[in-house]
Amino acid sequence: MDGVADMGGTRGWGSAHPPKGDEPVFAEPWQGRAFALTLLSTRVSGRNIDAFRHALERLDRAAYLDDGYYGRWLNATELMLTDSAILAPGAINARARNLRGEDVAEPPIPEPVRPDYAPTAAGSLRMVDTPPVFAVGQRVRARNLSQPGPTRLPGYVRGHAGVIDLIQPAAVLPDTNAHFQGENPQYVYSVQFASRELWGPDAEPFAVTVELFESYLEWAS
Amino acid sequence: MTTSGSAERISPALRTEALEQLLTERGLIDPTAMNEIISDYETNVGPLNGAKVVAKAWTDPQYRRRLLEDGTAAIKELGFSGRQGEHIVAVENTATTHNVVVCTLCSCYPWPVLGLPPSWYKDPAYRSRIVREPRTVLAEMGLELADEVQIIVRDSTSEVRWLVLPERPAGTEHLSEKDLVPLVTRDAMVGVAKVEAP
Repeated sequence: MDGVADMGGTRGWGSAHPPKGDEPVFAEPWQGRAFALTLLSTRVSGRNIDAFRHALERLDRAAYLDDGYYGRWLNATELMLTDSAILAPGAINARARNLRGEDVAEPPIPEPVRPDYAPTAAGSLRMVDTPPVFAVGQRVRARNLSQPGPTRLPGYVRGHAGVIDLIQPAAVLPDTNAHFQGENPQYVYSVQFASRELWGPDAEPFAVTVELFESYLEWAS
Repeated sequence: MTTSGSAERISPALRTEALEQLLTERGLIDPTAMNEIISDYETNVGPLNGAKVVAKAWTDPQYRRRLLEDGTAAIKELGFSGRQGEHIVAVENTATTHNVVVCTLCSCYPWPVLGLPPSWYKDPAYRSRIVREPRTVLAEMGLELADEVQIIVRDSTSEVRWLVLPERPAGTEHLSEKDLVPLVTRDAMVGVAKVEAP
């Protein structure tokens, strides 16, 4: 989905930070708890990892950025839980206010509406009966799709031509799986793009590979 | 949705505590399971796993071949698998080719071998710019690459996960697999650093 989450090539984020070797896994205890709550809530809400990633994409800019990485996870988890009516909108903030000593009414617990949907197997890899449409070395173009829903087609490669570098196993298509509209497994291709194709003649010389689902691709001459 | 847009800001720590309470009091999640997940990622699932894979690949040519042919299977030989590791592809950094990994859309990362991603990997500056000016970004991060080195950026946009097999540093020929493990850093296995000889 177009939005703040699709960051590849966007400007205005400042300098990269040199790595710190001794960084703790969770800088603050709540971050570990938010991480574990996300993993468990995905199941509680009857959703899946693609729905979680789409929940991240649907956050507004402030909810995505202001509380850092695990704040973003917390906000997306709240969205999944309210989408499945496990929690009422505003329930977390009301409880948080009460925890800090305010006296606010909490919304009633809604009737859960979990998606009537289950994976056909564990994980995301699937077998498909047909052979891959594209072969290693062929030139392809990333289709210029800008759909409002979930997709794993980053904006910066749309409309650009590259070469099939590797054929990866077929996997569940996030675009439909995130909306509980079927797994529609497809082959995934690592497509290699030249930097000057993506960023123009003055770009640094390098290549970038992007994993693209078969339906994101078309033939290029 | 504007969870953080309310007039009076509530800290994420307090909101996390609220969420935990709301779910545990209804029996929807088990606090023991929560604690096990946290402890697992704080102690067991981390870059030491990947370092063992790399050190083995440096000292066992057969293993190195298996790792580059089928990363998932070779990594599983050492007992590492699980969440975010369903299909791992290992790529080799050499004197002439340098792979570096990113996820521009979120923060996809090979958890079973590297643990949870470090802050710089999740930083918007890294996610946005490494696919646009990787040589500049790597230099900002402390890695200067010679002009003739070819850079390949691996943007993890599907469930495929990438592990960089760093170049074994010169002067370590006498070291055993066990002695090599502590030299291998997380940053080298993502491709923003090289492994240094001790």
